[in-house]
Amino acid sequence: MKYLCLIYDDETMWPSMPREQADTIMGEYFAFTSDIQKSGHYLGGNALQPTQTATTVRVRNGKLSSTDGPFAETKEQLGGYYLIEAKDLNEAIQVAGRIPSARFGSIEVRPIQEFDRPE
Amino acid sequence: MDDTTATALREKVGEIYRSESRSVLATLIRLLGDFDLAEEALHDAFAAAVEKWPEGGLPANPRAWLVSTGRFKAIDRLRRRARFDTASTALAHWSAELESSTFEVDIEDDDVADDRLRLIFTCCHPALSPDAQVALTLREVCGLTTEEIAHAFLTPAPTLAQRIVRAKGKIRDARIPYEIPSRTDLPERLDSVLHVVYLVFNEGYSASSGESLTRADLSGEAIRLGRLLVALLPEPEAIGLLALMILHDARRAARSSPVASSYSWRIRIDRSGTGSGSRKGAHSWSAP
Repeated sequence: MKYLCLIYDDETMWPSMPREQADTIMGEYFAFTSDIQKSGHYLGGNALQPTQTATTVRVRNGKLSSTDGPFAETKEQLGGYYLIEAKDLNEAIQVAGRIPSARFGSIEVRPIQEFDRPE
Repeated sequence: MDDTTATALREKVGEIYRSESRSVLATLIRLLGDFDLAEEALHDAFAAAVEKWPEGGLPANPRAWLVSTGRFKAIDRLRRRARFDTASTALAHWSAELESSTFEVDIEDDDVADDRLRLIFTCCHPALSPDAQVALTLREVCGLTTEEIAHAFLTPAPTLAQRIVRAKGKIRDARIPYEIPSRTDLPERLDSVLHVVYLVFNEGYSASSGESLTRADLSGEAIRLGRLLVALLPEPEAIGLLALMILHDARRAARSSPVASSYSWRIRIDRSGTGSGSRKGAHSWSAP
C-alpha cells in the first residue's frame, strides 16, 4: 500500500537558523532517505521551494486564473513529501516518525487512493 | 424433538449470543478482513443457529460452529454481490481469496483472546479521533446498539452512526492493521485504550449532560471493559484503572443523595465494590 507523507513545518525558521544546525538537519534527511531506500519503503520524494514561489491555479466558468501564493495562510507550510510503500498504517507511521521534521513540524500521512481503471 | 426442548434450545441460542457474539465477531473480522462483512456474517450465523440447532441439537463447540458458518455465509454474500455487480472484479477476487484461504475450525481459547485484543486495539487506534474510538469500542467490543450509544452520550443517532461509519472507513482505507501492538508500541497503545475506557467511565460517573448526575449503565460498561482488558492483558496500568473505577463506582449511590455528608458517604458505600477495588489496587501496586 502506498502512503504520501506530507511534511509541514514553519518555513520561516530555515533562513534564521545557524548554518551548522541547518547542515545537521540536511545530513539527517540524506541519511533518512538512504535508509528508506535500502529498506524498500522509498518510492519518491522531494523538498519544495518556499511558499513565496507558489502559484495557485483555478479554472472558474472556463476561465483560468492564477494567483500568487499558497491557498491559505497557516503557521506551518507544506515543505516537502515522501511517497512510501508500507504494509499498513502502523508501518507508515513508523517511517513518518523518522522524518527529521517530525521533531519540530508535523507529518500528515495520507493513503494513496487506487482506482479501478476501465480496460 | 418436542416443543419444550426446542424452546430451551432457542433460549440457549440467546444465552450464547450474549456470551459469545463479541468473540465470534472479533474472529470473523480477522478472517474476513472487514468490519461490515463480519457483522453481517455474525447475524447470518446466529440466524442459522436459531434455525438449525433446534432440529440437529447443540453443536459440540458452538463458537467454532458460529465462526465457520459465518465465514461460509460471508463467502456466499460476496459471490452473490459479485454476480449482481459484474463490473467489480475486486469482489470476485475477494471471495475466491477467502475460499482458498486456510481456516482452522478448532479455535483455541488463546486465539479467541487474541482476536478480542486485536478488536480492542483496532477500535482504540490513535489514528481515529477520540470520539470515534469511544463510539466504535462501545459498538464493536461491548455490542451496544448505535441507538444505545447515542442515547448515553445524548448525541443524535444519525450523527453517531455516521461517526462509526467514518471510523470503519478509515480503518479500511488507511489500512489500520488488525493486530495486537508489538511490545515496544504496547505502552503507548495501551494508554490509548485505557483512555477510551476512562472516557466511557467518566461519562457515566459524571455525566456531562442529561438530568441525572451519573449514568450507571456507562460506568458499568466501562468496568466490564476494564475487567475484560485485565483478563486478556494483565498489565499494571490496566489493573490500576480497573481498581480506580471499582472504588469510584462503589460510592456512586452516595454522591447524588441530598445529604452528601461524610457520614452518608461512609454508610452508603458499596462494600463489595471497595473490597474488590482495594484488592485490585494492591495487586497493581505490587506488580513490577
